[in-house]
Amino acid sequence: MKSTAYYTTKKIALNTLIHLFLISVSITCLFPLFWMISSSLKTQETIFTDMSLFPHEFHFENYYLAWQEGGFGRYFLNSIFYTVSVVVGIVIISSMAAYAFSRFRFPGRGILFSVFMVAMMIPIPGSFVALYVLLNKLHLRNTPVGYILCMINVGLSTSIFLLKTFFDKMPKELEDAARIDGCSKMGIWWHVALPLAKPVLAVVVVFNALNVWNEYVLALIIFDSKPLMPLQVALQTFQGEFITKYPLLMAGLTITALPIIIVYILMQKYIVKGVTQGALVG
Amino acid sequence: MKIKDTLENYVFVLPAVLIFTIFYIVPFLWVFQLSRFEWDGIMPTKVFVGMSNFIEIVTQDKSWWQAMWNAGYITIIALTLQNIFAFLLAMACDREIRLKNYYRLIFFIPPVLSEIVVGMVWRYVINDIDGANMINRMLSAIGLSGWTQHWLYDPKTALTTVALVHCWKGFGWGFLIFLAGLQTIPRELYEAARVDGANAWHSFKNITVPLMIPVTVLVAILTVLGTMQAFVLIIGLVGGEVGGYTSVPVLRILASMRGSSRFGYACAQGLTFGVVLMAISFIQYQFSRKFRQT
Repeated sequence: MKSTAYYTTKKIALNTLIHLFLISVSITCLFPLFWMISSSLKTQETIFTDMSLFPHEFHFENYYLAWQEGGFGRYFLNSIFYTVSVVVGIVIISSMAAYAFSRFRFPGRGILFSVFMVAMMIPIPGSFVALYVLLNKLHLRNTPVGYILCMINVGLSTSIFLLKTFFDKMPKELEDAARIDGCSKMGIWWHVALPLAKPVLAVVVVFNALNVWNEYVLALIIFDSKPLMPLQVALQTFQGEFITKYPLLMAGLTITALPIIIVYILMQKYIVKGVTQGALVG
Repeated sequence: MKIKDTLENYVFVLPAVLIFTIFYIVPFLWVFQLSRFEWDGIMPTKVFVGMSNFIEIVTQDKSWWQAMWNAGYITIIALTLQNIFAFLLAMACDREIRLKNYYRLIFFIPPVLSEIVVGMVWRYVINDIDGANMINRMLSAIGLSGWTQHWLYDPKTALTTVALVHCWKGFGWGFLIFLAGLQTIPRELYEAARVDGANAWHSFKNITVPLMIPVTVLVAILTVLGTMQAFVLIIGLVGGEVGGYTSVPVLRILASMRGSSRFGYACAQGLTFGVVLMAISFIQYQFSRKFRQT
């Protein structure tokens, strides 16, 4: 019979090994980001010679230059505008549809819902070609409206799925009470159902916001004029034009990445939920 | 009254159905239609060419199949390396261990970043400027200066480097799903097995593995779909196809559309690729069902 001390030592050794493993992976995750931030505070002269993670002097003016001369201020506001518009659109449109699919009985309900669900599972890798043609025909290419509508469509299916699943499980008593009080269907959806759906709405909001903020290919084919571009596409053009201005590029990357990281840390719970639930759809 | 009621129901789904029809179903059908035309995207006239776009893809388009092979190569690395790694991390975090939540928080940072940001940051970390390439510096520091490479610009290593950065970005996502899966396994099963004298390896083999098969299949299918279609990371990392060494199918489609202005051909490529993806997912699904029955 081995002593308790043996088992305790063994357990401590095992846990230490596991921690070492997890910590080294964590460092691998974080290092490129720290390196990005650190480089954004160096100068063009020192950026490839000063290999310290904490530079001797902090050149915060890089951020000012990137924001002003690099145009990142403009692109940042564009990204904010697109993200907010798309998310508001998705929340209203998908929650209305999901509510109807969950609560009302009408001809075509089953077919319509399954079309939305099937669309989630069929990959169409070349669809942006047809979207480009379509937007040209509608004269919506190179316009914010065209981009916003396309992006609303991208988030629609998953959001409807998440919301309908929630509404299906939500008790109906409050809505019944509101109906007896003479509240209209629209009124019940807006005043009763939506406030009750706040937990799942948070998932829908955060998930779609990340998606729009990070979107690249549609923005690439839709926007020709630089003043309309969101950050992701602008970064690419910036790199093409200012290939030598590495500190500004790093500042631009930080401006693009930091909001996402902050939102993620604050809204962790909802993102994790969205990932695990979203994956279970398939 | 009845009619008004029904109409009101349709008002609820109308905006969603409208947007979905215009921006999903119409383009979807157009892909099928356009794929049989030769068209530059601007001219009002399209030339009907039947199936010849597809025949060209299958019989003549070497660069397309090169791209397909490249994507397959990245996918195999992601399926094995990235997912095994994700599983190990999930196992490590699925126990009473301190700082668990912080690890989880950190591992999911790469997946929430955009592919462009990840690509450009890594491009900077492993740049080609002498003495500033972090990977080469580390290799030299541990005495492996013979291993230093022009990671991104040498055709021999470019694709593998792309695949590894892809794994860096993606493993946190697999980790999260695996962890969620592991946490659904009731603790009592492990307790009971231990009482019956099973060691850690036995419980892993006889409890964890069988119960994790559905989750693993799910992660595998999503990894294949996601990795085969990945391309934005490559734009961020090396700027594009680099003479075909880092070319993948979606980059080819983009090149057919924007580079050579062959919209019909681009649609045909998209369709071919879509069919391949569906076939792979279907095979994986069937395979997993068979595996579960035996």
